[in-house]
Amino acid sequence: MRDVVITGIGIVSCTGEGLDVHLAALSGAPKTDAETFAPYAVHPVTAPEWDRQIPKKSDQRQMEAWQKLGCYAAGLALDSAGAKEDAELKNRMQLIVAAGGGERDYAVDGQILTGLRSAENPGVFLNEHLMGDLRPTLFLAQLSNLLAGNISIVHGVTGGSRTFMGEESSGVDAIRIAKERIAAGQDDIFLVGGAYNAERPDVLLIYEMGGFLWKKPYAPVLSRPADGGGMILGSAACFLVLESREHAQARGAEPLAVLSGVASGRSRRKPGSVEQALHGLSKQLDGKPDVVISGATGVKGITEEELAALKDIAPGAPVHASGDVIGHTMEAQAPAGVALAAGLIANGKASDALVTSIGHWRGEGAMRVTKA
Amino acid sequence: MALRDKQGRPLVAVTGMGVVTSLGQGKDATWAALTAGKSGIHRINRFPTDGLRTTIAGTIDFIDVEPFCAPMLSERLAMLAAEEAIGQSGLASSEFPGALFIAVPPVEMEWPQREALAKASGQTGEITYKDLLKAAATGEFKKWHDLFIFGTVADRVADRFGTKGSPISLSTACSSGATAIQLGVEAIRRGETDAALCIGTDGSVNPESLIRFSLLSALSTQNENPEGASKPFSKNRDGFVMGEGGAALVLENAEAAMARGATILGYVLGCGEKGDNFHRTRSSPDGSPAIAAIRQALDDAGVAPDEIDYINAHGTSTPENDKMEAMSCTAVFGERMASLPISSNKSMIGHTLTAAGAVEAVMSLLTIATGRIPPTINYQVPDPAIPLDVVPNVARDGNVKYVLSNSFGFGGQNTCLVFGAEPKGA
Repeated sequence: MRDVVITGIGIVSCTGEGLDVHLAALSGAPKTDAETFAPYAVHPVTAPEWDRQIPKKSDQRQMEAWQKLGCYAAGLALDSAGAKEDAELKNRMQLIVAAGGGERDYAVDGQILTGLRSAENPGVFLNEHLMGDLRPTLFLAQLSNLLAGNISIVHGVTGGSRTFMGEESSGVDAIRIAKERIAAGQDDIFLVGGAYNAERPDVLLIYEMGGFLWKKPYAPVLSRPADGGGMILGSAACFLVLESREHAQARGAEPLAVLSGVASGRSRRKPGSVEQALHGLSKQLDGKPDVVISGATGVKGITEEELAALKDIAPGAPVHASGDVIGHTMEAQAPAGVALAAGLIANGKASDALVTSIGHWRGEGAMRVTKA
Repeated sequence: MALRDKQGRPLVAVTGMGVVTSLGQGKDATWAALTAGKSGIHRINRFPTDGLRTTIAGTIDFIDVEPFCAPMLSERLAMLAAEEAIGQSGLASSEFPGALFIAVPPVEMEWPQREALAKASGQTGEITYKDLLKAAATGEFKKWHDLFIFGTVADRVADRFGTKGSPISLSTACSSGATAIQLGVEAIRRGETDAALCIGTDGSVNPESLIRFSLLSALSTQNENPEGASKPFSKNRDGFVMGEGGAALVLENAEAAMARGATILGYVLGCGEKGDNFHRTRSSPDGSPAIAAIRQALDDAGVAPDEIDYINAHGTSTPENDKMEAMSCTAVFGERMASLPISSNKSMIGHTLTAAGAVEAVMSLLTIATGRIPPTINYQVPDPAIPLDVVPNVARDGNVKYVLSNSFGFGGQNTCLVFGAEPKGA
């Protein structure tokens, strides 16, 4: 099996852009917007200068926020891996994107719902208004695989692209499959990551229906369970360039860290199952973590179980919640956790990092990042 | 018999297949109708079609789910197809010994649910998302969180069949079903698992999804004669017809399958994929990414172009796809393309979108197994720009050992698979 190294990182969130600002923010409180969607707080992205990674305005216009964020972070990752200008390399670079779906037209939705109430024939009313009021290209901003499509178009990454769905788990599994394909020699280099826009009422709606959102004044992720628990969604994107050590060496790319292992599973959730699952995953990774980047949601029950497991798995290691840096970003949480871990290791602040991603509803993942 | 391919990788055998389409439940029903040249396209009666440019589809109307919505129907189609496939394979039906790769349509809350939330909010004036959120906060709609998140269909299928590990839900638009198979093949070749359950499912014909495609001018508007609307490779083709379907394949390490005495239905010999950065919905005019994907699949299979006996086309019936596909195949297969049979299942079942690659994989394998090539129906006006043997209108017999199945999708997705009766061993 070949070693898999991390040679590029692109990250953008409420904390800003680039790895350094995110590492500096590991201790601190993230930017929070408690007004726009009150009583729901979100961690709003610090909008980057889009032109720097998405030069064509026509491309920017074709994308909604989640895609622009992802495309921007993918560009940062390619830059950081020294791959941006290498057309031959990008032509064979594989892409795995962890994604949900895109934004809706909220005004149109509201108008239709208002009109439906008094419509003589609701089905006909719905048809007429969807046909007349939806922007034709909005569909392309909604389709899950169109973040990957936009990355291909904007950055020329065209080896092959796959989009994984399924909330937090899809981020872990995107990294897992990329790693396994590289380790087994099936491919040499991947761009892997995810993007999430939290500043949209339709996603708040989904998680509020499930009762998962934190509605009190900001509190750090790990202290929320004591007060009922809940998550604060964040707008962010993170992409990683992963490749075999040999491949990185051959092109003169400096590894930031090694992706030593990725383990994921699906427990049938009941009290204790998350704690047990995390123990099992950590056994597979076989590390001695000196730092933990936790993707914890702050949701009651599973967050405490994770912390209990971490006490055994990583005794004495500092635990940083990535949610306190970027918010909870669903599909992007695992890639961002790996990015933070790789950053700490590259800066000599740690040598064996455990990254966790316990889904708010299902799916458990753990990743191990070590010194290059 | 060699149980590894020329590159020394484990051979990947197919030991179970299941299908549901608008032509019927079960692969036998679909296959019988497909080889009889029967269309499953009909007028939509699931919802009012007044004011729509397209009023036809290959919906599956013989299966009911509650509440009726895309994730519920997609889940049901996946379950039915997987039950049939696992049943045929002889593997345990509640402890499937391998991973799940499932292509599912992107889901989101639908209009009936939005309306229910709007009503529950008590708002009598203009409704906004604030009102929907207020209704959501009551906790009365908790089940809809699970129903409308992206990982749920896979989770339920994994629960039902006891697949191992974290299930993978994926989308590569209209090539998703083929990608699910490709992921399974790769996992078996890596030695990670001896078995994989690969599924493509799509039950998403609802007003908004139909209108979205309609607004992109992707759909046929030849509503007068629904059964005649999908006419791949014909000069008067004018868009695709949406269809629903589910298909499942049990893939196994051939050595493990033989060791347990399983019947091998065929082999997945090769996979190829190539991204296209030309446009969000259109393919590179020179067809180079599709050509690369076909060549890569052949290379991966160790099968020469001359050995392919039949192509199961993507063949959507859109002006652009069919032209690009014909050109790409001609670039790879050369002069032989004029006589190499290529047909489109979509002429009969419509475009089953997320499921298409998996449905068509099963049909490709049945073509190999039965020596019967399904036709491209509705082929009355040949397109002089596409001088191919599209197996017009009537099925025919043929000795088919190796099949290429093409899948192309929005977002520059190109995925091609090569199936064989026998392995190309070392």
